[in-house]
Order: sequence, then structure tokens, then C-alpha cells
Amino acid sequence: MFKITGLSKTYSGGVTALQDVDLQIDEPQVVMIIGSSGAGKSTLIRCINRLIEPTTGSVALHDIEITALGRGGLRRARRRMGMIFQEYNLVDRLTVMENVLSGRLGYVSFWQAYRRKYPSEDIAAAYELLDRVGLMEYVNQRADALSGGQRQRVGIARALMQRPDLLLVDEPTASLDPKTSRQIMRLIVELAQERGTPALVNIHDVALAQAFADRVVGLAGGTVAFDGSAEEVTDQVLTDIYGEEDWSLTIKNNGDESDEVDDEEADIARESAAG
Amino acid sequence: MSYPDTWKPPSFFRSPYVRYGVMSAVIGYFVFSWLTLEADWNRALQGIPRAVDIFQRMFPPDFSRWSLLMRGVLESVQMAFAASFFGMIFAIPVGLCAANNLVPKPVYFVGRAFLGISRTFHEIIVAIFFVKIFGFGPLAGVLTLIVASFSFIGKMLAEDIENMKPGKLEAIKATGASFPKLLNYAIQPHILPRYIGVSIYRLDANIRHSTVVGIVGAGGIGQTLAASFSRYDYGFSLAILITIVSLVFIGEFFSKWIRGYLR
Amino acid sequence: MTRSELQQKYPFIWKRFTPAQTLTRYVVYAIIVFIAVWSVSNLDIPWFYFLDAHVQAGDLLTRMIPPYWPFFVNIVDPLIETLHIATLGTVFTVVLTFPVAIMSARNTTLNRFTWFIGRFILVTSRSVNTVVWGLLFVAIFGPGPVAGIFSVAARSIGFVGKLIAEAIEEIDHGTVEAIEATGANKLQILLIGVLPQVMPVILGTIIYRWDINIRESTVLGFVGAGGIGIVLYSSINLFSWDEVAVILISIFGVVLVSEYLSIKVRSRIT
Repeated sequence: MFKITGLSKTYSGGVTALQDVDLQIDEPQVVMIIGSSGAGKSTLIRCINRLIEPTTGSVALHDIEITALGRGGLRRARRRMGMIFQEYNLVDRLTVMENVLSGRLGYVSFWQAYRRKYPSEDIAAAYELLDRVGLMEYVNQRADALSGGQRQRVGIARALMQRPDLLLVDEPTASLDPKTSRQIMRLIVELAQERGTPALVNIHDVALAQAFADRVVGLAGGTVAFDGSAEEVTDQVLTDIYGEEDWSLTIKNNGDESDEVDDEEADIARESAAG
Repeated sequence: MSYPDTWKPPSFFRSPYVRYGVMSAVIGYFVFSWLTLEADWNRALQGIPRAVDIFQRMFPPDFSRWSLLMRGVLESVQMAFAASFFGMIFAIPVGLCAANNLVPKPVYFVGRAFLGISRTFHEIIVAIFFVKIFGFGPLAGVLTLIVASFSFIGKMLAEDIENMKPGKLEAIKATGASFPKLLNYAIQPHILPRYIGVSIYRLDANIRHSTVVGIVGAGGIGQTLAASFSRYDYGFSLAILITIVSLVFIGEFFSKWIRGYLR
Repeated sequence: MTRSELQQKYPFIWKRFTPAQTLTRYVVYAIIVFIAVWSVSNLDIPWFYFLDAHVQAGDLLTRMIPPYWPFFVNIVDPLIETLHIATLGTVFTVVLTFPVAIMSARNTTLNRFTWFIGRFILVTSRSVNTVVWGLLFVAIFGPGPVAGIFSVAARSIGFVGKLIAEAIEEIDHGTVEAIEATGANKLQILLIGVLPQVMPVILGTIIYRWDINIRESTVLGFVGAGGIGIVLYSSINLFSWDEVAVILISIFGVVLVSEYLSIKVRSRIT
């Protein structure tokens, strides 16, 4: 259903962010992309919907070559891909409902958007999504009145309003505290599974990735260094991706050590946040 | 479970009465102004072909009276510099007197009133008065611009001083310093960068304003421009306008450069 | 420690500026003084005027007071016309400024060419004073408020447009990115991604400029572009100083009210 072939991106300064990346998704699954900063995760996700233009390579969704589309075609393709951002990227001064409805912008005319007259199915769907993400009381609140976790939920609802064929998620929890991170991640994965939508998720928290992923892809130096299931992520794999480090605290080991690691992780996170 | 399928964004206005009230007031205003404005719309419509005619007569711009043009420009530039210089100087006492954390209340009120009055009246009105007293010519223009300058710089100065954290003033006062020393140590370092920045901006603005006062005979290139319009000498008018725009452009460029340099 | 012991231990003399900086400062001062003198030199100042200026001013003042209040009836209509010129001119500006501001902001303009055109329009509009625009528009549209409205708009576009363009350049790009990712077209991106972010600046600037335009409109009559300026001009030329006093006081009142309104509304917005 979704296929990336030979994707490469070299920025004008000479920096090569991606080199010959291949990735294929044949069934609805949640794919977590891990890798150090600068490994190309952000670039990869943005090359898919061409927010960043790839240098070479092809991206195909349901056999439509996204990389070959003109302006109008690209817009029609983008509305079938929902994107969730690390910094939420909501329109702060608009209400939650307007933010969620803006997911349908690719499907409505300028005048409908201007007069906020979206089709009734869209509005019902918006209410349903807001209920699902638990924000029914905030429908008419301004987006900047919400907390970080709540804003991300609006972002999730907005992406799902597009009824997308693919979810692109860029570090959705990097700006959130550990507990909210898990809630948000759980929400994203559940929603993706409910709707049978494949999802590509950038994430730097490896334990979180392992907890929720169907499949893990590791990027290092712009190339795919690992592509397998969550259980297959071992110390060696992480060293390949991130470099030498004591990985025992980072990854979740199979078995009952898992809860201990979680608490330890939460402790460390709390302490470093306070310190 | 079924969900509502309509939604309206919350209105900017609290109650629908206020919203309709404002809307009808706005529409009413437009109707009212349309009716009461003694606009000769026929003449206005004729304006389009007239505009075309005038623009045709403006091109090509007539730079032949180069020396006259340059004399006007030189006079304007001199006026701008002189006005900025003296405006900067006079702005200091005026600004100081208009800062409520620095001077006693009665002085503050006088200072603020002085600032208010000098800012209320457009510089053309001030220019006319100076022309009446001092006669036609650039002197009236310089005086007008001095008033405009010191009221502008003075207001900025007063606001800057009032926005100072009280601690800075208190610290110097606590050393037992006399008022002039207070000024020198507490106020001057704080306001100096902004004062110079604003003054340089004002220098640039004065070049623009010097064009206006000339219309009532207070010197500068404005006088040359008004004369050219009244003589229907549109080619020359365009030449003057181009010169003014370039002058302002250069002035702005220098102003930004110097202010960036000072930072 | 005695003073001499201290001086031995810390023999450095603290000076605020290095010798090089001191030299630079004096050179700058000298340049400034030179420019000041040069600028005044050409002015041909009739110094004796200064001597009796206070007498003249005093004479003027006595002629203005008491103001001739019955004259007020004659200026109500021109005052209202002045308000119309300012308000309609500002409204006209709002409509015209949107496309210009969008063109002048590096992140919303189409290409370098449109950016340059936008900036050029803004600079030209700002360089020429309202009254000077008045000269041009009176020549085109004939004397009357129509010329005044156009003049106000012509000058205001530069002021309002520059501030809006700067606000547009400072918006959060992430928001625009997100809207772009939904497949919205360029107009929708502007409407939903850009506009809400700059709305407070737009409203504040418009009201600020409206306030300034009221002051500008009072003098447009001097070049024939309508408003109370015409009455003021004729009263001055007729040396009817007591009428002039009434006009000035009314102008002062109007400006006061509009400034108050402007400050009030702008504080509600931000």
C-alpha cells in the first residue's frame, strides 16, 4: 500500500540527510522510526508528503507516485495523509473545533472555509473524534488555552479528520511529560488500529517505541540500519543506530523487569526535569 | 450515539444584540457618510481620464531644472538636520519633565500638557503660524520641525523613563546623589541607546516632513513641488516626487544601518 | 590600607573609554556640531525677528482670545466631513493593504519579483506625505473630499502594510506547515494558517492609523482636499484669529476623543 524506493535528500549546504532509503508497508501497521537526532527521521517524514522536496527517489501511496505529482495532485495526495507534529502546530487563536475542522481543508472550498460552513457529516465526525480523544468540553475553547497533552489530542483529531490512508507522526511526545506521552502514544496507536490506518511514527524514546510498535525501523546516518519487530531490538541494534552506550536503562527487556524499567525511567525523567 | 451535525463559531461579541447593533451602526455609518459627503462623483469619475492625462504629462520626468531641484533638496536636508539637532536638545528637558517617576506632579502635568498640545496640531498648522510670525522661508519650516521633533523624541523619552524599573532609580538615589548626578548615572545610560535610535529615525522622518511644510511656504522642496503643481508643470512634479522618494529611501537605509551599527 | 598602599597595589587608572574610543567620540561630536552649524548656515535667519517674536506671539494670542464661539456652527459640517475622510480613507486602505502586505512578506509572497513590487509600493506610499498626495489627487479628482479619501488611503497603505508585512514574517511556521500538510490550497493556508496569527496586529494598526489619519485629514483642506482645513485656511488668510481659535479648539477636541478611543480599543485587543 505504501512504498518508498531509493529516497535521498541532500540539502543545499551539502549535508546529506537521507541516502537511498527503502521502506514498504503492505498492511495496516504502526511503524516506529528510531534514530539519533540528525539521522534523518524528520527529513524522511517530511519527504513523504513533500513538505521537504526529496532529491531523488520515489514515494508511492496506493500506487500513486507522490513524488511525480504536480501542485494540484500533490494537494489531493496530501489530504489523504494526516500529519501530527511535535509542537502540535495548531492555530492558537482559533477554537478547538475550528482546528479539528481544518483537517478537512483539502476537501472544502475557500468560501466554505471562510464562512466555517463545513458539510454536516464533517461536523458530526468532528464531534465524534473530539469525544473519542476526550475533549468534548473544550469544543469552543481557544487552542492556546489548552495544556500540551490536550493540544496534541486536537492535533490527532485534526489528522484523523482527513480520514487518511496514512498517518505521519513526527515525534508526537517529545514535548510532553512521561505520563502524558504514554497516553498520547496509546491514543494514536489505538486510533490507527481502529481505523486500519498504517502509521509512520518518529520517536526517540526507544522504550515507548517498543511498547507500542508493530514494527521498528532504525535510521542511522540517513540509511535504514534496522527493520524488524519490537522484540528484535537488542543492545547491538541500538549501538548500530545510536552508538556505544549502556542500553540497559533505555530498552524494555522481555519479561517482568519491564515494570521496574518503566518506573526507573520515570524516576530518571522526573529527576532530570527537576534538576 | 449520535452527534450534532452543525456548529457555529462563537461570536466575537458577547450577545447577539451587540453584534447586530454594531453591524447596523457600521452599515448606517456608510449610508450616512455616502449621503452627507458632498462628493462630486461626476467630477471624480472624470478623474480617471484626467489621471491618465496627468500621468502622461508626467512622463518623462523633467529633470531639466536640476539646479532648482537640488537647491530645494539641499534646503530640505538642511532643515531636517537642523530640526533634528535642536529637537534632540529640547527633547531632553521636555521628556524629563513628562516622566512621572522623575519630577513632581505639577511639573509632570505641565510637561505632558506641553507634549500633548504640540502633538495635536498637524505640522502644517504649526508651520502656518511660524510663517505668520517669521515670514516665508525655511526658518519657519525649521522651527515647525523642531517642535515636531522634540515632541516626538520627548514623548519616547518620557515613556522610556517611566518604563524603567524603579530599582535603578532608587539605587542611585540611595547614594545621596543630587538630581544632575541622578540623571547622569541612572537615566542617561538607560535611555541613551533608544534616544539615539529614535533621533536618527526622526532625522529620516524630518526629511519627509520637510516636504510638507514647504506647501505653506515654509521652505524646502515642498515649496518647489507645490509650485510645480500649480503651474501644471507635471513633468517637473514627477521629477521632484522621484527625488523625494529616493531621498527618503536613502535616508531610511542609512537610518537602519546606523541603528544596526549602534546595537 | 592607606591610600598610597592602595595605589601601589592597584596602579591602574580606570578610564571609561580607551584613548581610541575617546578620539572617536570627539570626532563624532565635532562632526555633529559641524553638521548643525552647516544646516543652520543657509537659513538666512533674520535674527531681529526673534527679538520681537514674543511680541508678535502675544499679539496673536490676544487676537485669538476670546474665541468667537458663534463661528462653531460653520465648522460642524466640515468637521464631520473631516471624520468621513479619515474613516473612509482608512477603510479603503484596509481593502487595498491585504494583497500588498501579503506580497511584501518574504514567507507569503509568490516570488522575488512580487516581493519587490510589494516593497516598492510600500516605500513609495510612505515617502510621500498625505498632504503631498493631496496635491496629486486634487489635480486628478478636483477639489473635494474624494481627493482627500484617496490621499489618506495612499499614505496609509505604506504605514499599515509595512507593519502587517512584518507581522506576517514573524508568524509561527509550524502552524503554516500543518495546514499545508492537510492539502489546503494557498488561499486557505493564508486564511487559516496566517490570518488568525496576525489579526491582533492588523486591528491594532488600523485603529492606530485611523487616529493619525484624523489629524492628517484636518489639514487636507489646505490643498483643497476637503475637510475643515479649507475653513481654517480661509480664516487664517482673513486674519480672523478668533475664528481660528474656535477651529483649533474643536480640532483639539476631536483629536483628543479619537486618541482616547484608539487607546481604549487597542488595549482591549491585545
